[in-house]
Amino acid sequence: MTTLIKTLAEKPWLSGHDGVGVPAEVAIFDLAKEKVGLRAFFAVAASLFMLFVVAYRLRMVYSDWVPVQDPGVLWLSTGLLVVASVALQVSSIFMSRQHDQRALTAFYVGGVCTLLFVCCQLVAWSELSNAGYLVSTNPASSFFYLLTAVHGLHVIGGLVAWLRTAIRMRSAEPGAARIAVDLCTLYSHFLLLVWAGLFYLLLNS
Amino acid sequence: MALAIVLILMVIGSVIFHFWSPWWFTELASNWGAMDTTILITFWVTGFVFIAVNLFIAYCVIKFRHRPDRTAAYEPENSKLEAWLTGLTGLGVIAMLTPGLIVYTDFINVPDDAVIIEAVGQQWQWSYRYPGLDGALGKADNRNVTFDNPLGIDPDDPWGQDDIVVTGAAAHIELDQPIKFNLRSKDVLHDFYVSQFRAKMDVVPGLVSYFWMTPTRLGSFEVMCAELCGVGHYNMRSEVVVDSREDYQAWLSQQTTFAESQGKPAPVGNLIERGAQLAQQHGCIACHSLDGNRGVGPSWKGMYGRTEQLADGSTVTADDAYLRESITDPGAKLVEGYPPVMAAYPMGSDDLDALVAYFKTL
Amino acid sequence: MAYADQDTGHHAGPDKFIWKYVWSQDHKVIAVQYGCTAIAVGILALVLSWLMRMQIGFPGSLEFIDPSAYYQYVTMHGMIMVIYLLTAFFLGGFGNYLIPLMCGARDMVFPFLNMLSYWFYLLSVLILLASYFVPGGPTGAGWTLYPPQSILQGTPGTDWGIILMLASLAVFIIAFTMGGLNYITTVLQARCRGLTLMRMPLTIWSIITATVLGLLAFPALFVSAIMLMFDRVLGTSFFMPYIVHMGQALETGGGSPVLFQHLFWFFGHPEVYIVALPAFGLVSDILSTHARKNIFGYRMMVWAILAIGGISFIVWAHHMYVSGMNLYLGYFFATTTLIIAIPTAIKVYNWTLTLWHGNIHLNTPMLFSIGFISTFLIGGLTGLFLGNVAVDIPLSDTYFVVAHFHMVMAIAPIMVVFAAIYHWYPKITGRMYNETLGVIHFWVTFVGTYLIYFPMHYLGFEGMPRRYYAYEGYEFISESAHSLNEFISVVAILVGVLQILFIINMLMSLKTGKLAGANPWNATTLEWQTPQTPPAHGNWGDELPVVYRWAYDYSVPGADEDFIPQNQPGELGDGREVGDDTGHSSGEGAPA
Repeated sequence: MTTLIKTLAEKPWLSGHDGVGVPAEVAIFDLAKEKVGLRAFFAVAASLFMLFVVAYRLRMVYSDWVPVQDPGVLWLSTGLLVVASVALQVSSIFMSRQHDQRALTAFYVGGVCTLLFVCCQLVAWSELSNAGYLVSTNPASSFFYLLTAVHGLHVIGGLVAWLRTAIRMRSAEPGAARIAVDLCTLYSHFLLLVWAGLFYLLLNS
Repeated sequence: MALAIVLILMVIGSVIFHFWSPWWFTELASNWGAMDTTILITFWVTGFVFIAVNLFIAYCVIKFRHRPDRTAAYEPENSKLEAWLTGLTGLGVIAMLTPGLIVYTDFINVPDDAVIIEAVGQQWQWSYRYPGLDGALGKADNRNVTFDNPLGIDPDDPWGQDDIVVTGAAAHIELDQPIKFNLRSKDVLHDFYVSQFRAKMDVVPGLVSYFWMTPTRLGSFEVMCAELCGVGHYNMRSEVVVDSREDYQAWLSQQTTFAESQGKPAPVGNLIERGAQLAQQHGCIACHSLDGNRGVGPSWKGMYGRTEQLADGSTVTADDAYLRESITDPGAKLVEGYPPVMAAYPMGSDDLDALVAYFKTL
Repeated sequence: MAYADQDTGHHAGPDKFIWKYVWSQDHKVIAVQYGCTAIAVGILALVLSWLMRMQIGFPGSLEFIDPSAYYQYVTMHGMIMVIYLLTAFFLGGFGNYLIPLMCGARDMVFPFLNMLSYWFYLLSVLILLASYFVPGGPTGAGWTLYPPQSILQGTPGTDWGIILMLASLAVFIIAFTMGGLNYITTVLQARCRGLTLMRMPLTIWSIITATVLGLLAFPALFVSAIMLMFDRVLGTSFFMPYIVHMGQALETGGGSPVLFQHLFWFFGHPEVYIVALPAFGLVSDILSTHARKNIFGYRMMVWAILAIGGISFIVWAHHMYVSGMNLYLGYFFATTTLIIAIPTAIKVYNWTLTLWHGNIHLNTPMLFSIGFISTFLIGGLTGLFLGNVAVDIPLSDTYFVVAHFHMVMAIAPIMVVFAAIYHWYPKITGRMYNETLGVIHFWVTFVGTYLIYFPMHYLGFEGMPRRYYAYEGYEFISESAHSLNEFISVVAILVGVLQILFIINMLMSLKTGKLAGANPWNATTLEWQTPQTPPAHGNWGDELPVVYRWAYDYSVPGADEDFIPQNQPGELGDGREVGDDTGHSSGEGAPA
């Protein structure tokens, strides 16, 4: 923050005078550009989910809101997402230590758990609709389908990236996919965090 | 150079236009003269800035336009000047915001002696409800709406029994009496707007919005809708009549209460007059003109007996049977080129007779 | 994938036409693709505005304009102009072209994503246009798409039009996000050596701030579009209260239309600045270049951009003063809205003070830039009426609003679009445009739009409501107001048609314009210092540029010429260090 204020207070036209004129490296973050891009994407996705949450809270106060009985399978899916996140983190650590084979195994575990998460969410949908809560039954159930769908689509997008990375890990020379693995890991952490928030919201409807 | 001249002419022209313009506030008919004053304050503050900045640009363009021997000054910033300008702008903002918020405080605080009148919007007509003798409006909800209870007054609420419902006719209000307009919508967003009253407010389904005003001038004023509400938006007309105390009381005493209107047979009278009255009451003329102009729906002028091209390609003659069907089931045979937006009006046979009789006269 | 090694490898660029101009990953080609698509769809919106003006000025003169058609014109005109023309042009067009060049980068950091961004944008445009070919036609709900009206019969295009509109917006937002992540990451990470943040041209500051606004605000439109889509297609009740519609009780109920408005305007107000901020930045650089003078108060300009960007997130409900929301919110939003006027006013002052003691070359870009200051001034000042809640109540939903937002969000930004196109045309094509045609184009546009919109404010004072298909039989609207509408319509159509001058100029000069050279304006910023003009794929040949100074070294005392490019090392012609004493003395500020 102070650096930012200091930067904004600079008088750039004086540069020749006080020696700032010497060309400097100017990248803001000491990170690969893909990681910066992904973090920026997190800001966008966070904004999206935050706004859904705000809409949810604002819609909740109307009298027609009837809370949904949350399907128990959500606990299982939450567990799976945690395992996936941990596995990908492990994979990422192995990558940095150049244990490529172990990294690949952990990477598989992470992907499969994520895939199972998606399946669990579908099970939750069918449980819910069997219990008589359809999309249009009540705003609470509408939101349930909407939020899980939006989150699920983000997860599926991650799985596509996961698949591409896995193919690259198998074919390319060791270490080539390191950034990609890191990105998948970071993304899975983010989606876990988002899911934790959404799950909390749905439990407390 | 031409630019400088044009900018100067623009400023002069704008000032002349302002004083010459025949287009200005409609004559005020409510207590909201203060809103006009805030507009004027803002007008003079911003008008000064408009003239000053444009003239300054014109001056710069004349004085500092390119000449081979000219060198521009080198001046990265001037903190003192910038601070002054910021401060002055801040003062200007305060000068506009303060009166604005004072007037706004008046606007949101309804006086205790205000009389409540409800205005209800629907595509594309206005209806009104008055509290009746008990001085309070009964509960109402869109879920209670039926053909005979168009405003959805709760039939079990004792407060609602003496409410007075006015559909398809002008609302009357009393001179110098503060009025709180409670606003409800049956379908989509509308906005209750009378230019001469200045105050306006959206009419939102699912909630009751409001604004208040005191009429200060006798007369009849046009009500329009100021929030896009579909193809008939531009024709959602009504009228507010500002009466003296005596006239208002006289008018009010002629109205029927909600309880009286329920289950009462339609008044028998001249069939054609009855038809015209029904057309008025149900807001038909928002969409069907009487003068042959194209509206949301076909004009009624010369409609009876006309041969119409239908949307499915066939043709039909507008006879009794067709017209009656088109009122009770408008989607069945739709005239080519018009949107399928008319509500079904499940009227009794007598009313249909009356309407068709009325059509024949047009 | 090919994109992974783009920034390190050679940038000879692909040769085959289709890879070079169609499936291109070159930011400059993508920028031109964005620009041309935006102009094409903008022409459609312009024609729609003529049809509207025909109906308003000469009611009934065109048989085929019925109320449904009219409201469809209103909706499509607004949506296309705001989203698919202006947003796309400023960020997809100028953002794409200028960010890498002004930052001294070879390309955007993710060129493949950048290409996808354009194709998604094109897809969104095609989905939007498809609504003209479905039963019921495009939606006529107004560009704000307020429910319940937008998804109920009684509004045109509720069968398919609204669905396609919402789908198109969702795709557009995805396209914008792909582009926006690129812009952000490029500016953060890929500036060339020496280009510190405070040495960046204001163009970059403003585009990047607008991008951040877009990335954070477009999700609100996305959320409201998805929820509205659910209400329309799946029968949910997010925004649907209990409604008796056309005599029938609907099954939905319990929701809140005001919730939609909050979400919509949480996007909608930053959107105003998503369009305005890039215009601010571009015009600053153009003014400075053609006045041969540094932009006045650079630091204040940067702070103002950031302040406007920040405050723009807490002013949204000034669009909702009469929406039926809690009335006490009016205090807060009126105050924030009038506060945002202060940094905006500072920008206007600093533009005019840049002209002060300048050496003003009145060529086409400069004319349009000064035209921008003047038109933006009107739009900004009338904003003070509408932002102040008590003043807004009588004026809301009248022609005053129409005049205001066209001045501030249509005419002023389009002035900058023209200024910028003329300014950078020699760099983009390598040839000069025709100056005479350009000047005529300016006069037509500037005087014409002034004649259209200045009197329109007065129709608003009279209380004429907007979005009306016809005004027949309203007594309070004076006869002369109808005559004024005729006048406005005639001028509007004339000004619109004469935009052909611009198109002709652009196309003709491609072939016949005289060669421009690398830096025809003697400008300081990096895009004018490329080894080739137009710049080749990869922009900089073998070596990236290195920056030694800020972007505004015009008319530096003691320098040989009246400009010093950013990449020129720190010595002046006489061996003295740049800024040796001038910097200090000028800090005190008495104009010499």
